Amino acid sequence: MTVTDVNVDELVASFPDKVKKNRKRHIVKKNESAGSCPQIEANTRTVPGIITQRGCCYAGCKGVVVGPIKDMISITHGPIGCAYYSWGTRRNKARADDRTPPEQIYSTMCFSTDMQESDIVFGGEKKLAKMIDEVVEIFHPRAINVCSTCPIGLIGDDLGAVAKAAEEKHGIPVIPYNCEGYKGVSQSAGHHIANNQIMEHIIGTGTEELDGKYIVNLLGEYNIGGDGWVIEQLLEEIGYKVNSILTGDSAYVNIRNLHKVHLNLVQCHRSINYIAEMMETKYGTPWLKINFIGIEATIESLRDIAQCFGDEELIARTELVIERELAAVTPELERYRKICRGKTAFSFVGGSRSHHYQYLLRDLGMEVVVAGYEFAHRDDYEGREVIPTIKSDADTKNIPELHLEPDPEMYREPNLHLNMSKEKYDELVASGRLGYYKGMYPDMIDGGIMIDDANHYETEELIEIFKPDLIFTGIKDKYVSHKMGVPSKQMHSYDYSGPYTCFRGAVTFARDIANALSTPAWKMITPPWEQSETKRT
Amino acid sequence: MLDCTPKEPVPSDAHTIGKINPVKTCQPVGAMYAALGIHGCLPHSHGSQGCCSYHRMALSRHFHEPAMASTSSFTEGASVFGGAANLKTAIKNVFAIYHPDIIAIHTTCLSETIGDDLPTIIKQAEIPEGRYVIHANTPSYHGSHITGFSNMCRGIVSYLAESDGNPKKERANIFPGFVNPGDMREVRRIVTEMGVPSIMYPDTTNVMDSPLLNKYEMYPGGGAKIEDIKDSGNSKMTLSLGAWSSDEAAATLQDKCNVPGVPLKIPIGVKATDDLVMAVKEGFGVEVPESLEIERGQVIDTLIDTHFQYEGKKVAVFGDPDIVIPLTEFLITMGMIPKYVITGTPGNKFEKIINQMLEEAGIEGSKVRAEGDLFELHQWIKEESVDLLIGNTHGKYIARAEDIPLVRVGFPIFDRAVQPLMPITGYRGCLRLIEMISNTLLERRDRDCKDEDYELIL
Repeated sequence: MTVTDVNVDELVASFPDKVKKNRKRHIVKKNESAGSCPQIEANTRTVPGIITQRGCCYAGCKGVVVGPIKDMISITHGPIGCAYYSWGTRRNKARADDRTPPEQIYSTMCFSTDMQESDIVFGGEKKLAKMIDEVVEIFHPRAINVCSTCPIGLIGDDLGAVAKAAEEKHGIPVIPYNCEGYKGVSQSAGHHIANNQIMEHIIGTGTEELDGKYIVNLLGEYNIGGDGWVIEQLLEEIGYKVNSILTGDSAYVNIRNLHKVHLNLVQCHRSINYIAEMMETKYGTPWLKINFIGIEATIESLRDIAQCFGDEELIARTELVIERELAAVTPELERYRKICRGKTAFSFVGGSRSHHYQYLLRDLGMEVVVAGYEFAHRDDYEGREVIPTIKSDADTKNIPELHLEPDPEMYREPNLHLNMSKEKYDELVASGRLGYYKGMYPDMIDGGIMIDDANHYETEELIEIFKPDLIFTGIKDKYVSHKMGVPSKQMHSYDYSGPYTCFRGAVTFARDIANALSTPAWKMITPPWEQSETKRT
Repeated sequence: MLDCTPKEPVPSDAHTIGKINPVKTCQPVGAMYAALGIHGCLPHSHGSQGCCSYHRMALSRHFHEPAMASTSSFTEGASVFGGAANLKTAIKNVFAIYHPDIIAIHTTCLSETIGDDLPTIIKQAEIPEGRYVIHANTPSYHGSHITGFSNMCRGIVSYLAESDGNPKKERANIFPGFVNPGDMREVRRIVTEMGVPSIMYPDTTNVMDSPLLNKYEMYPGGGAKIEDIKDSGNSKMTLSLGAWSSDEAAATLQDKCNVPGVPLKIPIGVKATDDLVMAVKEGFGVEVPESLEIERGQVIDTLIDTHFQYEGKKVAVFGDPDIVIPLTEFLITMGMIPKYVITGTPGNKFEKIINQMLEEAGIEGSKVRAEGDLFELHQWIKEESVDLLIGNTHGKYIARAEDIPLVRVGFPIFDRAVQPLMPITGYRGCLRLIEMISNTLLERRDRDCKDEDYELIL
């Protein structure tokens, strides 16, 4: 079957009518000749009973955004499970640095108030307050996050009040996150809640002056497998100073100074665009969507960043580094390209990777024929221009929006951050470089399928239809795909490999993909006795 | 590693509340695992999507297998107005789209806190002819994943098991406890080897260790058949393995169908396996076959041949009570010293049972704790170290921080594959445990010794 023959109606044909109607709106076929992206439904409820890959608000808040902050203790307020499952399961690597000693890194620890039945009946505030007291006494952290789970919202524990009292008692920031699992429709709500609290409570509280001519933050990079470290090293070689990654290997002491930088770089648009946007409003900090997954994508991102500062020396150094890295990786990459060329893939990952990895796969001569996000919004598919037209529903209205004003003391015009004229800055904005994300659709192959919140049934059907050579997905689908005889790579954890970013990461990725495609066992599935029978018949 | 923990052990009253690095998780994951042990069953999580997602991930990471389950996908609205509408829609959609024979619903802390009345909702739901919907209440704020496993086992019995009133059949029910499919297979083999037919449930063999045959089956070939579960009410007795995981279900079956339950340990180690074999021998009046005698003799032979490699070594054991108890018993058989023994699951009898074992063995100065956590265990180790850690993956941080080798046993093991297929139960399981423990200690000896002490033969 060629890519263009797929019929979306057939894909959902066997669903009950209501489910069919709902699911059809989440699936779009790319039609090059039609021009712009048709509207896709996203960030709306999953129909109950559907085997979705989605997680919850707590997972997005504690699991994704605030958990990786290495020098903060994150206490999960609730029964034991939520803390347990988000303990060391996301591969956000962290290490000591000149500002954060090993004694102040809590990444391998799990803290839970372990609510019992009596706490549900009589309230858990005292327990939480006592646990904060004990944790402060034992560990002396610089700051604490407190994340709530489902029952907390229902029994009405006042997280904010406990946090405030603890803050006064201990003299360190204690930040509450009301990220009960049932809020919103997916992890996405939790990203937003985390963004809001980090913006309100941490960013802007630092008063140190940062050294460096070109200082950036790398937002929406979680340092899975060390991805962030590779990007950071490359940027520093060119001449940038990275104040903080958010939130992979990040530290409270650096996040405080997020507002002191010249430019925010945004890797994962979905999980962190709120902070990027809010910082632009409050401090005037411009932001640039970049992507360090893929050789071509990395080159384009490096050139875009250099253009933002417009320094000839920086531009020249960028080209030198690009040239050097390309020379280092091209021969090895060519070897793997021979194995990968012409192969097709599916990409079902959280928020931005399903888009980012299309670049890297194209570098290897592969094509993504079906791609989807678990918890994206329409703008991640269609581009940010649709944001004003997105209707908010009951679920989105439950997530608070911060309405920020320019800070009277700290706001500076965006062009001044970049030390450029207003005209030049406006030109960059108009060119779509600054403050913009085009979404996944423009990069989809003609006839390819873009699918939101893909569920188990659809995934199985799509595999039957497209027979892809490889599937990029998470742990819940990985072994399903294997049983069907299709190799898969976990794109949340990279199957414990990586880093995959920038030039050398691309080589590691290519090697892993080539191995996944060609591991000898794939040819041994049919036992010899059945092979001979086939030959006989 | 773990540099953030104080260098010196903290006083015992410093950490009195909550858990730091727990040795338990919440009920629903255990219920989901138990439900996967019914053939043609789709477990259903009645709560937020995150619960279902987290539990499926935990199971898939441990077993390296798909762990299919659906969810009621609660939103804020459902949390305020109750989850009945979500559950009814879910049941309808699951039967229409995924065609299971049976849906096994477990609750979550969310649906329990709002007080959803599952039996009433199930009664009102549209259930196709010949299909089943069963449920278990699994509030996450009580007990642990083992409690959840136990509650689902009890739910399976209450909904499905039946007695036809005829004389009982010469057949054993096996309630295997929260163990790997490799262990379930081994326990059944032993009972079968003794010539006694059996019905085992939950049975995750060929579900959570299924083969790759180029064809995905949403409901793999394994799992206990519904007819067999029903018929279990006509069996002569129930071998109830593991007090925490199985005894409640066995008691329910006894009450409901008059099938006596024989409470046994999960057969880890020589003594616990002997107990199982004796229970079958006495219960059914069968002889112990020579094959099992040989297997047992091989274990004793190995213990005698290798005891000097591990005898007298101090061990810290942590994990689920039904595994830790017989494992500790076997470590004592091996001549090792269980210095610290911890479970995260509540239950005072855990401490009582272990302390009694230690006392009988004349071992003094050990510390035993139910409802403990790994932070506490680490404090004890800082006070006085051990030679070996035995427990789940989460122990690897203490292992590295304190440079103590770790033998991985229990759930979850996220960082090593193959283990769910390999038994630690039965006499063969004894050999595997001895091999793992002695090899680990010998690797350490080889790694740490001076060149002149590095020996060819050990």
